[in-house]
Amino acid sequence: MRRSVGIRAVAGVCLAFVIALGLAVLGIAETPAHVDLPELLLESMGQSGVEHPVTAVLLNFRSYDTLLEIGVLVIAGIAGISVSRTTSLEDPELRTSDSLLYALQRWFVPLMLVLAGYLLWAGADRPGGAFQAGAVLAATGVMMRLGGIPMDFLRPGILLRLGLALGFAVFLLIALASAIGGEAFLAYPPAVAKQLIILIETVLTLSIAMVLLALFVSAPVNRAAEPGEGESP
Amino acid sequence: MILGLMAGLLFTPLAWAVLTLLSGFERSRLISWLGILIQSLVSFALWAAVASEGGFHYQLGGWPAPLGIELRVDGLAVTFVMLTAVVGGACGWHAGIYLDPKKNWHRYFWPLFWFLWAGLNGVWLGADLFNLYVALELISLSAVGLVALGGQADALRAAIRYLMAALLGSLAYLLGVALIYGQFGSLSMGGISELLPAGSGQAGLIFALVLMIAGLALKTALFPLHGWLPPAHGIAKSPVSALLSALVVKASFYIAARLWLEFGEHLGSYGLAQLVGALGGVGVLWGSWLAFRQTRLKQVVAYSSVAQIGYLFLLFPLSWGVSEAVSLQAQQGMTLQVISHALAKAAMFLAAGNLIMSVGSNRVDALAGVSRFLPFSLFSFGLAGVSLMGLPPTGGFAAKWLLLQASLGSGQWWWLIVLLGGGLLSAAYVFRVYRASFIENSDTDLFFHPSRSLEVIPMILALLSLGLGLVAEPVLSVMALPFSKGGGG
Amino acid sequence: MSASLLYALAGVALCGIGLFGFITLAHLLRKLLAFNLIGSGVFLVLVGLAQRHGEPDPVPQALVLTGIVVAIAATALAVVLIRRYFHLSGHTTLRAETPERVPGRLKPQTRGDNPE
Repeated sequence: MRRSVGIRAVAGVCLAFVIALGLAVLGIAETPAHVDLPELLLESMGQSGVEHPVTAVLLNFRSYDTLLEIGVLVIAGIAGISVSRTTSLEDPELRTSDSLLYALQRWFVPLMLVLAGYLLWAGADRPGGAFQAGAVLAATGVMMRLGGIPMDFLRPGILLRLGLALGFAVFLLIALASAIGGEAFLAYPPAVAKQLIILIETVLTLSIAMVLLALFVSAPVNRAAEPGEGESP
Repeated sequence: MILGLMAGLLFTPLAWAVLTLLSGFERSRLISWLGILIQSLVSFALWAAVASEGGFHYQLGGWPAPLGIELRVDGLAVTFVMLTAVVGGACGWHAGIYLDPKKNWHRYFWPLFWFLWAGLNGVWLGADLFNLYVALELISLSAVGLVALGGQADALRAAIRYLMAALLGSLAYLLGVALIYGQFGSLSMGGISELLPAGSGQAGLIFALVLMIAGLALKTALFPLHGWLPPAHGIAKSPVSALLSALVVKASFYIAARLWLEFGEHLGSYGLAQLVGALGGVGVLWGSWLAFRQTRLKQVVAYSSVAQIGYLFLLFPLSWGVSEAVSLQAQQGMTLQVISHALAKAAMFLAAGNLIMSVGSNRVDALAGVSRFLPFSLFSFGLAGVSLMGLPPTGGFAAKWLLLQASLGSGQWWWLIVLLGGGLLSAAYVFRVYRASFIENSDTDLFFHPSRSLEVIPMILALLSLGLGLVAEPVLSVMALPFSKGGGG
Repeated sequence: MSASLLYALAGVALCGIGLFGFITLAHLLRKLLAFNLIGSGVFLVLVGLAQRHGEPDPVPQALVLTGIVVAIAATALAVVLIRRYFHLSGHTTLRAETPERVPGRLKPQTRGDNPE
């Protein structure tokens, strides 16, 4: 009885919230925007190095956001592998013995790899880019893992951590290089902007895929636990 | 020169995160101690530069706002950058000695520590609404990772609860940003505050501000949204708890304060300001009361954090609809409160870690006899407690004095009850710990002595917090610096 | 009312549904799904409201891409933590007094001093 009263109260609050938010949205919708950002963007597109505006925003105009966001991804990867205390990835729970999946992989994996490469390449002038390609690549890895292919580079060790850090490190170095050249942090010289962006996107794809895959395989099977402070083990 | 300092400030923590990710615990420790030194020097140099030449805007990527992202390097920002260097450096130094090198998951402390530092700097310097969201997520995820380090069930529980609360808060903030972008078409705080007086559709904007403040209040553990804090700060390792209580919760508060100071004039209201202040006041009293009743030492300190955070939210009623002078006093009081609380709370958590390590138990009543054996750490704990109580000449006293003057100056005398009552209650829980430790108990004489350097670090922080009241003047004068005329980056 | 504004209002509804689920559901994985629902709602509001006059605006689209990556990172971390918590304690909720234990799984570790 109490529980249903509680749920109804929460439902009432959420409904009120939805109505208030909806009214706010409608109220704001009636006024025109004050700053025309898309127009400002179009004027500077020529110097950005790519033709697609979203890619230009992500990797040039607001590249600092992208740098930090890759940092967030790496943090999630680090935190994920830090709670998994297992050294063996041969956990039978995570591998299927389904021979159909194993057979289908031989068709799907090459296709998905090509798709990932295409998405990365297409990001320059149509929707696509590092994140989409990285996600497809990670999905390929998940599929391979489910299909029973042990991927040695995912064992906790230096190779895994290198893979996690590589994309972020390259991005950071490029950011610093422009600062050393006297410009602000992350300012690409317009002449090489396109090449830099392609380089960044490529290593980012690999790192994003690595992080997502590492989080997928962080299977917590080890039962050991560390005692808290002041408690005996 | 300043451009180089800015680049160094942004680059160092991120680079060190990558470096420490690739090495084991011991080498990462050495690398990190070097990094702490470098980052502290850069932070101090930047502070000195702004103190002499005034603040400026730094355009990332060379693109001006609102197209690109601008950082706002003013007096308040560099004061917090300095604070992060001092407290973060002390906690990193302490952690290097405190954490057990034999447990190989402790190696992940360092990259998370450096990412946390990078995120904190990103928040202090940020002036772009969406950039602040990403920086907040950077901080939240590294903090959660640090709490969960070690992976026992209690720590995981606390980490999961913390993560859920942090994510909900961030989304509420992002929803507010979405509404504001819909109205103004810009994400730059400076640009929006210029456009505000002419803005129509006010109700929607007020709702957006309320959403953002609510989300940030959840992340800062304002009463009644504080439930996630005591488990997380109480269960984490001491250096992690120190970082969380001293710096992480202040990041979301800083953004809320900036939003209020820039947008609150047009979008805020008396009712909203008083409500936030009242919640802060209740948090002070309720948190102090609960701190008094805890049986475990670190939970006492964690609930004390909930209480002290409440004081910060007194900024809201004391800076809305009041005169310039009173508003400045309130801002100065808030700044001093943040700095002194950060120093004192970090000292308290580090000292508590030493005490727990020494007696082998985390209960308050197990501290019997430690006064004879580990007086140094106990003294640091006490000095930090003095600052929390608000006795002169500590920073805590200076902060409360300024807030008191602001309350009286704006005619809002009711906050005096909070300020004085909170001070009395904090005396209660600090003295309770002292009483427990002075009891002569002949049962336990098996004390483990932590290394000397572990005891020195909280003492340094406690002394800094003590002396803050004496050096408040130069600190505050830099904090209130306006932008230099014609300055820019 | 343009199509974009309709998307924004759909986002509002999603936020409400997600919020309801987040508060009332106890199972951690379902809370996580509710969080993702709120996230999707917020993204829809961001893009829909900004593009309400019909012209595409690349900035909120880029922001949403960034937001999606951040949400993925947070969700993945939450899943790892929840899985490990389940393996160590056998619980799927944060309320220890109503455990949902699966028979045959690990029993929760007993500790001398039970907190709270």
